[in-house]
Amino acid sequence: MTLATFVIQLLNGLAGASSLFLVAAGLSLIFGVTRIVNFAHGSFFMVGIYIAYTLTESFGRGSALGFWASVLAAAVAVGALGFVVEILLLRRIYKAPELFQLLATFGLVLVIKDATLAIWGPEDLLGPRAPGLRGAVSILGRPFPEYDLVLIAIGPLVLGLLWLVLNRTRFGVLVRAATQDRDMVAALGVNQAWLFTGVFALGAALAGLGGALQVPREPAQLFLDITVISDAFVVVVVGGLGSIPGAFLAALLIGEIKALCIGLGDVSFGGFEISFSKLTLVVEFIVMAIVLVVRPWGLLGRPGGEPRHAAATEPPLRPLHGYLKLAAAGLGAALLVLPVATDGYVLVLLIDIFVFALFAVSLHFLMGPGGMVSFGHAAYFGLGAYGAALLVLRAGLPMETTIVLGPLVALAGGLLFGWFVVRLSGVYLAMLTLAFAQIVWSVAFQWDSFTGGSNGLIGLWPPAWLASKSAFYHVTLILCVVAIVALRHLVFAPFGAVLRAGRDSPLRADAIGIDVRRHQWFAFALIGGFAGLAGVLHAFSKGSISPETLAIARSVDGLVMVLLGGVQTLTGPVVGAAVLTWLQDEIARRVEFWRAILGGVIILLVIAFPQGIVGFIRGRFMREVT
Amino acid sequence: MAEAMLIARGLHAYYGRAHILADVALEVGAGEVVVLIGRNGAGKSTTMKCLIGLVRPAAGEIEFAGYRTERLAPHAIARLGLGYVPEERRIFTDLTVAENLEVGRRPPRQGLEPWTPERLFRLFPNLGEMRGRPGGRMSGGEQQMLTIARTLMGNPACILLDEPSEGLAPVIIEQMAATIRDLKAHGVAVLLAEQNLHFAGLVADRAYVIEKGGIRYSGSMAELAADEAVRAAYLSV
Ligand SMILES: Nc1ncnc2c1ncn2[C@@H]1O[C@H](COP(=O)(O)OP(=O)(O)OP(=O)(O)O)[C@@H](O)[C@H]1O
Ligand SMILES: [Mg+2]
Repeated sequence: MTLATFVIQLLNGLAGASSLFLVAAGLSLIFGVTRIVNFAHGSFFMVGIYIAYTLTESFGRGSALGFWASVLAAAVAVGALGFVVEILLLRRIYKAPELFQLLATFGLVLVIKDATLAIWGPEDLLGPRAPGLRGAVSILGRPFPEYDLVLIAIGPLVLGLLWLVLNRTRFGVLVRAATQDRDMVAALGVNQAWLFTGVFALGAALAGLGGALQVPREPAQLFLDITVISDAFVVVVVGGLGSIPGAFLAALLIGEIKALCIGLGDVSFGGFEISFSKLTLVVEFIVMAIVLVVRPWGLLGRPGGEPRHAAATEPPLRPLHGYLKLAAAGLGAALLVLPVATDGYVLVLLIDIFVFALFAVSLHFLMGPGGMVSFGHAAYFGLGAYGAALLVLRAGLPMETTIVLGPLVALAGGLLFGWFVVRLSGVYLAMLTLAFAQIVWSVAFQWDSFTGGSNGLIGLWPPAWLASKSAFYHVTLILCVVAIVALRHLVFAPFGAVLRAGRDSPLRADAIGIDVRRHQWFAFALIGGFAGLAGVLHAFSKGSISPETLAIARSVDGLVMVLLGGVQTLTGPVVGAAVLTWLQDEIARRVEFWRAILGGVIILLVIAFPQGIVGFIRGRFMREVT
Repeated sequence: MAEAMLIARGLHAYYGRAHILADVALEVGAGEVVVLIGRNGAGKSTTMKCLIGLVRPAAGEIEFAGYRTERLAPHAIARLGLGYVPEERRIFTDLTVAENLEVGRRPPRQGLEPWTPERLFRLFPNLGEMRGRPGGRMSGGEQQMLTIARTLMGNPACILLDEPSEGLAPVIIEQMAATIRDLKAHGVAVLLAEQNLHFAGLVADRAYVIEKGGIRYSGSMAELAADEAVRAAYLSV
């Protein structure tokens, strides 16, 4: 790399950092005050770029004034959207547990995605370039877009403006005070409702501005919501939750490292080819993993700035009652004889339900008794699936062996990642699990020669004795039930008791000589193995796998299942998995905008049943059982 | 007793399943200093939190300045003129002294001379010398003064003061007592939560004794001082 390319890459990094900073600053601001981790923040960015596309197409081609007015108007429009969302949705869920809030904002992601699809259609839309800034300047003899120079200036400009707002206005002082102690601010007579609305609208407008500014640089696309939110999460977590300067620093750091990776391209070190440009997809997550291990609260964050532990109010888990046990056994028996009575389609659906029930129960074990909320549980599902598939296809092992070895691959992944993960807690822990999952996903996605890249792997058929649907159905049913029952026993076994003690009062557990962290580590790995088993079964039931198997969406599905069913109950995840799998299958087959419907259902469920479905039923009808 | 401005009747409160307050009733008259005195864990802070709306009473009535407030949000109660100074102080540590005061600022209230930072700095000269200092870098006594000043910025007609003497040096405690008498002189009513009978005696007109979440005794400060039996039963350590 010559000096000139190096400098140009640095500048590229700065330009990329600006938009990233805008989004992350909004996310951080919202989190600081409302304590809501807004999954829909990437959606605000996406809506920003779409609105800006439409406006600049109409008013921004000819005049610079029209262009910049369009960009600002897009930001304001997204701010207004945030305003409405806050009033209609968030106000109803501030008192709900953290995870339900997250779930509701994820429902919002789905709704906004389909609304965008309905309004703008599925094609990528590239807007006009900014009038007056279409050319390039020469830097060290290389051309550099003028527009990007402006972008570079906008980042610090917005940082400065935000600083002024936060330090020189009453609104800003109240925001900073509320970031520290909301109840005290209320007790001093400040109506938090409007403060929250204001902050949420401001944060949304910043995300919208971040999107709108990208109009001349990248097309408006429907997947931007997820890629942007994961980038923004990384930036916020690296910078420190709630810290705006931290977000700025982290955006610069990540923007630069990404740009340098692109600049380095393919480099060979003593015979080894390292493709740095391919690293860009994971490099930010690697940075995040390192930062979180070295400074668990982020670069400029502060220890203790994360939300309080949700587990404190959790009622103790109860083993299944006698007659419920009987009912479960009855249901199991009915499922065993079911293939006699039904056709292939129902069996396929049920196989999916069993697999995801196991997936959800394993995630629940982590979240409930383990006290660790994973945002990247799909990684272990995928490691199991890919592990088994690769062992069959590349090493020629029979499927029966891989039912044992696949989960072991996932368990090994859990051991490796878990070592880092258990050093953190709360939102930071969740983000680190997300980071590791993204790394695994990127490897699966990019290593064409080994994992099949984006096409995945095909031709994974079970051996002859399992070839019929009903045989495979029985094996899946039995394996999943055995695994789920084993997990349930583990919850009440000494190991589970230690985990729960560690979750509820880590200090006391430490004081009586329990190594909480080590228990959590083993639990994390073990649970990885269980999720891996689900993954293996999934791979062989479909006959093929692709990176989708371990994408963010799958992790989120797991969370939705657990939360739908209720974290506080053990039956919850099974019910949640059944409901969600069935819903997805049912709606996706019949309706075009199934995502919006699913999202809407999730939102309504969160508003109506903040304790989950099973928690609700139990609270309602089963008081006397306790 | 002057006309009652803050009245609680039959308050019950729970944390989860724990029944913390059982049938608490009390009154504070305009311009009066009343102490709620009781041992550790007796329920003083919980009573205060019910009055300001941070804890929802499960049953009972609260009346402030002629309004029923037991269903109102904290900000709405504060706006009626009830100030709250929490036990843990809860200074905004990232904000400067001046900014802490700004958070508490509310419009002037009829019949009361409005509090301004300048006027508060005359009452608390120490604070005036450190307006730009972050709240996190002040001594305990200074923080206690700042919480009171911050609440006064809301021009309250009545203040709930939760154990202001806790953890302060004797000299500062004397200053605190003088401050409370000043407030009374300015026409502000005070409900004080205390364990310290000596401190209560310096400032209060009347006392309620609380024990295990119930009011066990009420009377003038002088009566309480004379009543060995009550003091021995509820207040001795
Ligand atoms: N957030 C809470 N959750 C559960 N129990 C609580 C909580 N806060 C207080 N308690 C319990 O409620 C009871 C009354 O507490 P409260 O703080 O009102 O007492 P207090 O009279 O203010 O005591 P102190 O002199 O220690 O401040 C105590 O037994 C305490 O343990
Ligand atoms: Mg107290």
